Amino acid sequence: MSKDICFYFQVHQPTRLRLYRFFDIGKDSHYYDDYTNRTILRRVAQKCYLPMNELLLNEIRRHPRKFKVAFSISGSALEQFDRYAPEVLDSFRALADTGCVEFLCETYNHSLSSLVSPTEFKHQVAKHAEAIRNYFGVSPKTFRNTELIYSNSIGEQVYKMGFHTMLTEGARHIMGWKSPNYVYCDETQPKLKLLLRNYGLSDDIAFRFSNKDWAEWPLTAEKYVEWLKNAEGEIVNLFMDYETFGEHQDSDSGIFEFMSSLPDAVIRSGEFDFVTPSQAARRHEAVDELSAPEAISWADEERDTSAWLGNELQKEAFSKLYGLVEKLSIIDDAVLWNDFGHLQESDHFYYMCTKFFSDGDVHKYFNPYETPYEAFINYMNVLSDFMIRINEHAE
Amino acid sequence: MFGWEFPPHIAGGLGTACEGIVKGLAHNGVQTIFVMPSASGDEDQSCTRIIDASDVAVRNVSSTVDEFLNKVKFINVDSNLVPYSDPDDYFDAIERMKKENRTETTVGFGQKFKFSGKYGANLLEEVSRYAQVGGTIAMAHESEFDVIHAHDWLTYLAGIAAKELTGKPLVVHVHATSFDRGTDDMVDSRVYAIERRGMEAADRVVTVSDLTRNIVINKYGINPSKVVTVHNAVDFSGRENLDVERGVKDKVVTFLGRITFQKGPEYFIEAAAKVIKRTRNVRFVMAGSGDMMNRAIRQVARLGIADRFHFTGFLRGKDVQKMFALSDVYIMPSVSEPFGISPLEAMRSNVPSIISHQSGAAEVLKYALKVDFWDVDALADDIYALVTYPALSDFASKQGFDEVNELKWNNATVKLKKVYESVLNK
Repeated sequence: MSKDICFYFQVHQPTRLRLYRFFDIGKDSHYYDDYTNRTILRRVAQKCYLPMNELLLNEIRRHPRKFKVAFSISGSALEQFDRYAPEVLDSFRALADTGCVEFLCETYNHSLSSLVSPTEFKHQVAKHAEAIRNYFGVSPKTFRNTELIYSNSIGEQVYKMGFHTMLTEGARHIMGWKSPNYVYCDETQPKLKLLLRNYGLSDDIAFRFSNKDWAEWPLTAEKYVEWLKNAEGEIVNLFMDYETFGEHQDSDSGIFEFMSSLPDAVIRSGEFDFVTPSQAARRHEAVDELSAPEAISWADEERDTSAWLGNELQKEAFSKLYGLVEKLSIIDDAVLWNDFGHLQESDHFYYMCTKFFSDGDVHKYFNPYETPYEAFINYMNVLSDFMIRINEHAE
Repeated sequence: MFGWEFPPHIAGGLGTACEGIVKGLAHNGVQTIFVMPSASGDEDQSCTRIIDASDVAVRNVSSTVDEFLNKVKFINVDSNLVPYSDPDDYFDAIERMKKENRTETTVGFGQKFKFSGKYGANLLEEVSRYAQVGGTIAMAHESEFDVIHAHDWLTYLAGIAAKELTGKPLVVHVHATSFDRGTDDMVDSRVYAIERRGMEAADRVVTVSDLTRNIVINKYGINPSKVVTVHNAVDFSGRENLDVERGVKDKVVTFLGRITFQKGPEYFIEAAAKVIKRTRNVRFVMAGSGDMMNRAIRQVARLGIADRFHFTGFLRGKDVQKMFALSDVYIMPSVSEPFGISPLEAMRSNVPSIISHQSGAAEVLKYALKVDFWDVDALADDIYALVTYPALSDFASKQGFDEVNELKWNNATVKLKKVYESVLNK
């Protein structure tokens, strides 16, 4: 039996906040740095989204019905495409039309709501599914949570929302001796199938590709196919940020050449099939149950939620934000709900991370603030204004 | 008079105080020559004559002073020493300084030394060079003055040199001591030695408060009979209070200053948490920056009050006035504060103030509320009262405004004039 290869790419852009000072609280309720958001989005569109979408479209056409990929595009990113680079949406639609691309469901605002509020989690998921239907005309069938966060209790909620497949990290501390190269199911919801990221092979592309100190540099499609052949099991899940292509790995690194030669090399070897996540779930039975009482994720060495909720600043901001859910539940105001969504983006909490050691470089790369403290102060000022608006609305 | 800075280019409160003093003295018929390491030329000279030490070549320094100066080691220090800095333009100054790459110069006879006039890594070296040049200046102008007056440790060596060379009486003015800059077991011994030498050599030591006078007597072992307190004053002439539109409806309680151990930021935060528990219609603001800022932010997060407790970062110029205008209560919970001019500024903006007993300002402000810095419960009580009982805040605001308007340098310098007279008639 041939082995399956499952590519899934994460597309997300945060709605970065402007410098919001104490003096602005109660006076100015526009929170976003539109200029920076637009500038970054347009840059990434030119360097990554547009050329990579074109590359994938060509590969799908070259290998009809054989080359397949999946995307999860956050609602925050969709909004920014709509506003600043509609041509990116068109290119995703062109991919959707091939029938070889699956669009996954996630939380609309790339939020961490699954960790704290079942009602808001459900709301975020429904809002995202709706957006995917609107933009691409398909109903998403597979779920991937923000940063691949997963626990048994989250799995249960996801299953009850009607999903039968979910993506997560092949985190060593919950896998033990198990290999990520099989399909598993949730311990409490056996009908929820789990696809696990092969972090070694995924990170060879996403993190190590252009690293010249890496013993395997330069990585070629042929070499990579050999590694895929050597991977024991039924399926290799290659999950990564889409910004890997052209943004994290510069186009000079040869990443585009690598990606355009890979489908051909894989197919020519005759040992593999490309599948989408929902296909994979259909084709494979779960070999075992997974137990994850604590939430796991794909971030940092710890593969847990400490990148967002590891320190007291993050916990304080997070609990103040989700403390508003109850008040908001009786408020029917699109503008307030919209801001509430943007304030939930996990990135705001990531900026407050104080783990500056082993994963510090990655954190710094994405961070518009000089220190986690500045990130916290700015976020809390915005949140304070938002709370005033909620209270005024409630009165 | 030997100073270190003079408005408009100042890094802290020392220059402002010096300007108030020379103006007050002029009002009382005392003429002054103000020597500073590095003048810019745009200083207001209507009340004093400014001599820029960077323009003076060293010459004819007598052997006694040579000997004395040889004892002063020229050391580069990495830490930045804060002489007297309130509110905290100091950090700004340091940032600017880092960008300037001052080249080293050596001074010999007949050479000029370009002083930075700032507070930085080469401070101790500048202080001793300033003494050399100061001695030269004193001799050149020997016939034009009667008393030497040196402000803070930076200028004490210059004052001593001038006294040695001219035999005229020396008054040193203590705006702050090493004990206000570090904790008891973290005092910079080199600075302490200079301070003590200056106080010992002086005919009179002027302190900005009785609190500082006690430190001078107890920690420097200076004879109490020659230590005199002249409380600071403040010059509000030409200042209009800002009218600022408020964004938040809640009462705003403000801390403004360097966020360092001496200013007692953690007591402010603890009190804030207690007040927030009892009433929701209040917000707290910590304005400024400093080495304890990150710790303060963590403390606020840990207490779970970050939606009611805001940080502004370092404020300058108009933003300081704006912050006062937005405040309902001003807090200065200093652990050790020689004087502390900021509550006077707040009260002048009609903001009732709570200050610690451990501040010099507490000795002159009758209408500020006072607590011990460590008494967080008392502080919380007073804050609660001021934001809850309009009768109290109106009273404190009105009386406080009148009170600080009376704290004039013209009055303070009458005392200073008496000090001069006492050393001349010895």
